[in-house]
Amino acid sequence: MITQSPINKSLSPNSSFKKDVEPAASPLADFFQETFALTKRLFIQLQRRPSTLVAGVIQPFMWLLLFGALFANAPVGLFGEELNYGQFLAPGVIVFTAFSGALNAGLPVMFDREFGFLNRLLVAPLASRYSIVAASTIYIMALSFIQTAVIVAASAFLGAGLPNIAGLVAISLIVFLIVLGVTALSLGLAFALPGHIELIAVIFVTNLPLLFASTALAPLSFMAKWLQTVASLNPLTYAIEPIRYLYLHRDWGISTPVMDTPWISISFGIVLLILLAFDALVLLAIQPLLRRRFA
Amino acid sequence: MATAVLIANLQKSYGSIAAIKDISFVVEQGEIFGLLGPNGAGKTTTIRCLATLAKPDGGQVEVCGISAVDKPKAVRQRLGYVAQEVALDKMLTGRELLELQAALYHLPPVAAKERINSLLELLGLTDYAERKTGTYSGGLRKRLDLAAGLLHQPDILILDEPTVGLDIESRFIVWEFLGQLKAAGTTVLITSHYLEEIDALADRLAIIDQGVVIGSGSPAELKERVGGDRVTLQIKEFTPQEEAQQAKTMLESLAFVKSATINSTRGNSLNLVVERESDALRELEQSLTAKGWPIFSMAQSRPSLDDVYLAATGRTLMDAEMAAAGTRDLKAEKKQSMNRR
Repeated sequence: MITQSPINKSLSPNSSFKKDVEPAASPLADFFQETFALTKRLFIQLQRRPSTLVAGVIQPFMWLLLFGALFANAPVGLFGEELNYGQFLAPGVIVFTAFSGALNAGLPVMFDREFGFLNRLLVAPLASRYSIVAASTIYIMALSFIQTAVIVAASAFLGAGLPNIAGLVAISLIVFLIVLGVTALSLGLAFALPGHIELIAVIFVTNLPLLFASTALAPLSFMAKWLQTVASLNPLTYAIEPIRYLYLHRDWGISTPVMDTPWISISFGIVLLILLAFDALVLLAIQPLLRRRFA
Repeated sequence: MATAVLIANLQKSYGSIAAIKDISFVVEQGEIFGLLGPNGAGKTTTIRCLATLAKPDGGQVEVCGISAVDKPKAVRQRLGYVAQEVALDKMLTGRELLELQAALYHLPPVAAKERINSLLELLGLTDYAERKTGTYSGGLRKRLDLAAGLLHQPDILILDEPTVGLDIESRFIVWEFLGQLKAAGTTVLITSHYLEEIDALADRLAIIDQGVVIGSGSPAELKERVGGDRVTLQIKEFTPQEEAQQAKTMLESLAFVKSATINSTRGNSLNLVVERESDALRELEQSLTAKGWPIFSMAQSRPSLDDVYLAATGRTLMDAEMAAAGTRDLKAEKKQSMNRR
């Protein structure tokens, strides 16, 4: 079964691949090469096992359909201005879907840890082990954008309307920011927690409570005072409210007030800064976790 | 001969458990070096320190003169690592896995393609290359993992228990392949708890027991060092205890018999250590016949690596395996392998 030959040169040590003796000639090119290969792996998995994506598209569609039907007969104007519930709901579902997808980002990494596949990556002379994090982030980002596109299309079809191009770009930016922070958080957990059972438990207790403690399903004015406070501190709210504003208004700018909290009203620019700060905070917080594993 | 791997006074603990107390050995370039010891002796932990998966608590770990602690990346570049548990992505085909591996070692795409084809060919995997690794048998998985470990033409290939759980044919294929590797000049470091495997493959070895090296050298040297020949004697196919005891006492009085033990697990047969130069079998036969003992079977052999282990630890490797099996905390070990430090 094995080719017989007394001496096979291709089995001999060869130094031509060992550019690492000196500092690598192009660490950046190496980083791109490994990140691309790791990302490709995730997409091959997705292509051969598309159930995550299929479920990830069906679920928000069900949210739209069922929550929409749940409040179908709510008095017109209850959710503000000339708004029906479908229009109110779409931004909430967009953000929540992106959020739960990102929250699951750590699971494949956790399984790689448990099955020993991560060791294969850790014994390789990676330019930076952050390529593992980068690949997962790119993958989750792509998934989130596919899901977002489907929800935007579906809610347009269900009568929520469609923001203009600038609005869509702004929505993409907001989705990007919320996905980045939550993905980083989940990857940090995947390296910090002992196993997938614990990770799933954390996802389980975070996911729905954060949905209900945000303005995804109901406006602040519907909520108990304490929940208003919680919702006004929830990062999801800072993603949902500006998107909702974009859905309802064609005229907006960086200084347009796009959301109200019990204390102050906040402009679009400040919302983006708050989301950025959230990302920065999470990225900083997971640094020690990653360094402990990656140093 | 230049030094390929240097491990000196290595120490590593996990919590309160000292997995490695003091391990030192040197692997010369171009040889097959074996680490032999029962499960739980510290072989895998040693390998993990070498492969930069674990950080030593103390001691030196060097590959081609480069410290694994100070310059892990340069060390990773020189090592090929084939873990005990083959972790393949079951959704990828064999070729896709090798392509991923090639990118992780930064092979230029064109060179990678050639390397992948030649290794697939060499390991008899060409026909399976486009199939998902989830469909592979244990032997195929191990061969793919070997190919992955060799893609970047490492100076040293590390194999942790390469034939555990393999069928006999696959085991033979792996052995034969390691011979080819050595002929091509690649240094191989192999761990095993199979005596025959190390005896057959290794140029030199270190025997590890409970986190320390209890002997090292070539198999012949080690056997030479314990001295004497071994005679296995069965008086009857199953000898009653007191008869075996009487025979033992009689045999121990003979000048050329250094020691005698009763092996109760094999029908109370007698294991003798006799002087190398003696004409042991003939003299034993005479003595036994003179005393009226029957002989069911009798065989003389050179000491095996198991005898080396027995002489150093007072128990056979098999007994150590049994003892270890009862006290190992597999869950803790699994956790250890998931966590880096």
